Amino acid sequence: MEFHMTILVGILVTVAVYLLLSRNMVRIILGTAILSHAVHLLLITMGGAGEGKVPLLRESDGPYADALPQALILTAIVISFATTALLLVLAYRTYEESGSDNMNTIRRIDRE
Amino acid sequence: MNNVLVLPMLIPLLTGFVLLFLRPSIRAQKMISILSLLSLVAVSVRILLIIRGEGIIRLDFGGWEPPFGILFVGDSFSALMVLTASVVSALIIAYSFTATERRMENMFFYPFAFFLVAGVNGSFLTGDMFNLFVCFEVMLLASYVLITLGGGKVRLAESMKYIAINVVSSWFFLVALAFLYGTVGTLNMAHISVRVAEVGQGPLLSAISVVFLIVFALKAGLFLYFWLPGSYSSPPGPIAALFAALLTKVGVYALFRTFTLMFYHDEFIIMTIIGTMAVVTLIGGCLGAIAYTDIRQIASYNVIIAVGFMMIGLAIFNEEAFKGSVFYLIHDMVIKALLFLIVGAMVYLTGKTKITGMSGLIRNYPVLGWLLFLTTLGLAGVPPLSGFIGKMYIGLGAVEGGNYFLLFAGFASSLVVLYSMLRIFMNCFWGETIINREDQRPYPARRLIPIALLGILTVGIGVGAQALEPFVSDAARVMANPGLYIDAVLGEVES
Amino acid sequence: MKENDVILRTVTRVVVFIILTFGVELFLSGHHNPGGGFVGGLVLSSALVLLYVVFDIETVHQGVPFDFRKIAAFGAMVSLLSGTAAAVLGKPFLSQGFGYFDLPIFGLTELATVTIFEAGVALTVIGTVVTIILSISKDV
Repeated sequence: MEFHMTILVGILVTVAVYLLLSRNMVRIILGTAILSHAVHLLLITMGGAGEGKVPLLRESDGPYADALPQALILTAIVISFATTALLLVLAYRTYEESGSDNMNTIRRIDRE
Repeated sequence: MNNVLVLPMLIPLLTGFVLLFLRPSIRAQKMISILSLLSLVAVSVRILLIIRGEGIIRLDFGGWEPPFGILFVGDSFSALMVLTASVVSALIIAYSFTATERRMENMFFYPFAFFLVAGVNGSFLTGDMFNLFVCFEVMLLASYVLITLGGGKVRLAESMKYIAINVVSSWFFLVALAFLYGTVGTLNMAHISVRVAEVGQGPLLSAISVVFLIVFALKAGLFLYFWLPGSYSSPPGPIAALFAALLTKVGVYALFRTFTLMFYHDEFIIMTIIGTMAVVTLIGGCLGAIAYTDIRQIASYNVIIAVGFMMIGLAIFNEEAFKGSVFYLIHDMVIKALLFLIVGAMVYLTGKTKITGMSGLIRNYPVLGWLLFLTTLGLAGVPPLSGFIGKMYIGLGAVEGGNYFLLFAGFASSLVVLYSMLRIFMNCFWGETIINREDQRPYPARRLIPIALLGILTVGIGVGAQALEPFVSDAARVMANPGLYIDAVLGEVES
Repeated sequence: MKENDVILRTVTRVVVFIILTFGVELFLSGHHNPGGGFVGGLVLSSALVLLYVVFDIETVHQGVPFDFRKIAAFGAMVSLLSGTAAAVLGKPFLSQGFGYFDLPIFGLTELATVTIFEAGVALTVIGTVVTIILSISKDV
């Protein structure tokens, strides 16, 4: 389980880094979103994925899985959701103002 | 249980939400802001006094005892930081009452300024690593909104960079948290410290601590400061002042907490890596401060130099140096707010940003000019101003620890700071006046009052250092003896 | 842009209510089972977003005349105040309580103050999601 998850996290990070390094703003935002998914998977793997049962009292009788990483991930998801949303709005506003979604073009405006 | 401990975060959050409803009435927003800021300062003073009386206090949220629940811990260090942050943000927001454009006030400027303060205070008070991440994000989300507020092509492009950098560093924060939780199985700072001490700080834990170092170094502008000058020099005066006074200091605070409480075992990381990073930061900051002619850039590079200087205190790693760093942190919050407000005012008054474009302003705006001179002296650390005490204690610590190279680097940087600031002062305020008496833009007294108050504060901290000293030495004592902090948090549970 | 989307419109009219019911169910079951304010709020807001996509903003706004920014702020305030109430009563901040009550129709029911906190979370999520969708889609 850990082994597969680690490889998956690696693939996700690769994809995210590739997207982050591109010039298109929407791709960068997608990159940050995928990056955060990778770290959520990492959190659940480090918390011991696949060990124990669902931590719900009536469903089963122990040993339960550690519930804390899930709480952490939920919080991290909320935060990355807010950040991604804000980035999308910002990208849209930048596109409106400068008429481009290409970071190179925007940087050129910056220099002028 | 001390519910008062949550108030420095709760008051600004609630105020922010109330202000969101009061969008049409700017007057009501201002009234509520003032009330809330005053109560914030009062609460911070109260917390500091409680800690003076009772020692380190903590608040377990929902009654869940450590290490299982999340908690706020108040020791002298965090309480001093909260108090300074509250006072400084109160003065900056008071300044922005008269200096913010109506357009930005309508775009929820005040609510987000309060969210920023809430995140900053939360980061100072939390005793849990994950909670620290959450408070960081509250602060950063508010700063994202503030930096983009009002728009404009350059601002939007700069903010895109700023946000991208911070998203990546937040990602590293989460990675470090994941590995830390996988290794020691806890996120309570005191409990982490106990477990790290038990198993010994081996290669894996040292690697994790380096990831934390990178994260906080990015936020604080230590070594990884390349994003800082651009994003601190593009927003208008009050917002830049809020950023410069508060944001990097939270990173510095987090570095101190991490490496004095949890990962204090590895001398190589603290002495060599952090020491080298601090010196490189000083050099880079000095080069920038001398090279640029844009006053906003010079001010931003001064932020970087100050971060390097405070980190020297961490690298020396003895109680005297910690004391210096705490003093310097307090001083730096005040003086950076002052510097950025004055720089913002200069840009507003002349419409120019280069030092070559301004001249002879002292005839038109004498008070502003002398305040800038005061700031210059304060930044350079001339006694009896606030910068002197911090520099003196860091110097004493360096001599005690035998770190003469760090001592030399720190004090050489002070000379460069003095030079870079005098360059602004001589170029912009002396010489031929460029503005006629007739077309001189009046500078309203209401704006000068908060600036002048900050100026008085920097003198006050320097002269009244005696009164502050017991609190600061208590903060340094806790940093030098992490056992005190651990006992206060975990003591009752284990016995 | 005029499209023939009769099927979409007709299906939406029915599906929206299914989604809304599911959202409420998720919200209420969150106390003991998977679910809760955040997920419930997301599902509820997805129903609203579906409405905005299928019908245009003005039409939906006539039926749902709320300022969603205020809903978000109100929700966050409810959550915070539910924690503050505990502090006022002398318990640690964010303490929650629960009790069993014999209600007329439901019988013996567990009522918990954490539901108020969760309701605040749900409102915040709904408000935020819809605000974001609206601010991006304003002038396409």
